[in-house]
Amino acid sequence: MTDGVSRERVPSGAAAMSFGHFQSVHKSFTRPGQEPLVAIDTISFDLAAGKFVTLLGPSGCGKTTFLHIVAGLISATSGTIQINGIDVTAPQPDFGIAFQQANLMPWRTVLKNVLFPIEIRRDSGKESRARALELLSLVGLSGFEQAYPAQLSGGMQQRVALCRALVHQPKLLLMDEPFGALDELTRMEMQDLLLDIRAKTEATVMLVTHSISEAIYLSDAVVVFSKRPAVIADHIAIDLPYPRKPELRYVPEFTALEHRAGRALGITR
Amino acid sequence: MKWHQIHRTAYPVVGLIAIVAIWQAYTSLSGITRIVLPSPIDIVRASLQHYDLLVAATWPTLVETLLGFALALLIGIPLAVCVANSRVLNLALYPILVATQSVPKVAIAPIILVWFGLGIESKLALAFLVAFFPVVVDTATGLQATPVGLLELARSLRASPTQVFFKVQMPAALPFIFAGAKVAITLAVIGAVIGEFVGSVSGLGNLLLSANSQLEGPLAWAALIWLSTLGIILFAAVALVERLLMPWARDLHH
Repeated sequence: MTDGVSRERVPSGAAAMSFGHFQSVHKSFTRPGQEPLVAIDTISFDLAAGKFVTLLGPSGCGKTTFLHIVAGLISATSGTIQINGIDVTAPQPDFGIAFQQANLMPWRTVLKNVLFPIEIRRDSGKESRARALELLSLVGLSGFEQAYPAQLSGGMQQRVALCRALVHQPKLLLMDEPFGALDELTRMEMQDLLLDIRAKTEATVMLVTHSISEAIYLSDAVVVFSKRPAVIADHIAIDLPYPRKPELRYVPEFTALEHRAGRALGITR
Repeated sequence: MKWHQIHRTAYPVVGLIAIVAIWQAYTSLSGITRIVLPSPIDIVRASLQHYDLLVAATWPTLVETLLGFALALLIGIPLAVCVANSRVLNLALYPILVATQSVPKVAIAPIILVWFGLGIESKLALAFLVAFFPVVVDTATGLQATPVGLLELARSLRASPTQVFFKVQMPAALPFIFAGAKVAITLAVIGAVIGEFVGSVSGLGNLLLSANSQLEGPLAWAALIWLSTLGIILFAAVALVERLLMPWARDLHH
């Protein structure tokens, strides 16, 4: 936390206006003996505080790469990535990340997995333990605190990973296809769960998915990525009211938005 | 589950009883001399008769084995950490390690004896030499096999290298380390016995050799069976420590 504050703030232009500011982000990977692989051509958009934005795109389009750049896990070849006024070049303490795989440690109990970020930051205490327990009960895992990950189903593991991403009360929650490995029904349950939790935290959320309905159901805005090298194919504001219920998936407005996203992806005309 | 566990103990026991019965029948019916092949009953009788001798001979072998094994862990694990984390050390040391491993331990036993004498040191050194390699190789493999996702998670949380090592790499390598340790403990028994064979004044290997040269077949066989039992007990002890230290792995084998 202190680390983030001590960094130089950039109170200029659009960066001061919005929580997240991405300007002309470009990423290419050098390959020995070959042309560099351009993963992201140029991506620019702004992200307002407290909003839920989803990056939607076909497999291999660079949306996960973009998320990893925002997370500070890899660096962009060029462009500006600012979160909360800070130029992101490394992982930030007030970020929480949920990966495609739950990435739980098999040797830790559920509770200790959730508390891992706290332990790494060495700011342990009763408070964070209480918060971890509360998060676990929020995702319906009360009673599983002392279980080991191997004893849980895939959906339960992913819920633990979500708690772990939120335990240090991050300002920005980054999620990389967190429900991609789950079956359809579990996935829909998890989406409702995520919306519930999100309503209780003030975190800004950036999620990556290749599911059109998931993107629209969850988000305030959907940024549609083109095929590689990625550019923004469409930026769709989702003006559907929260709290959202599963029935919403069948209203005409929802279908119209799906249609628009489908067109941006080149699936429908 | 219960039935399955009964099967797991019942079948080997039945197999063992069958082999012992066939052995007993063969020795009594064929009239083979007990110097060449004593009957199981002869061996049990010799075990009881020379019980004090066998117990006295077990201690040195046990101590040699345990110290050699401990030394293998004490030197092997830190060395594996170096090899796993430094490319230079890996390139410099790994081929030498493999090369030393291709030297037959029985062949260097006489040299070790010249260096360390007839006492416990030479046995300890041989036990260490044979037990050391699986510890290094398995530990290094385990440390290099840390799931990428966990390392990425640690990096996203800005974990320090020390934290990554102790909280991610080491626990992830633990199953590999125990796999190496289980091989190492059985090899350590073999190393100790090789040492005792080449030159010693005590131990089960020493007792086996002298009983054999005095044509005391049953006692030699009793020493052999005590040695095997020692190996099995030590293996089981390491497996027990593994279970205690890795409670999460207990429920994995449904």
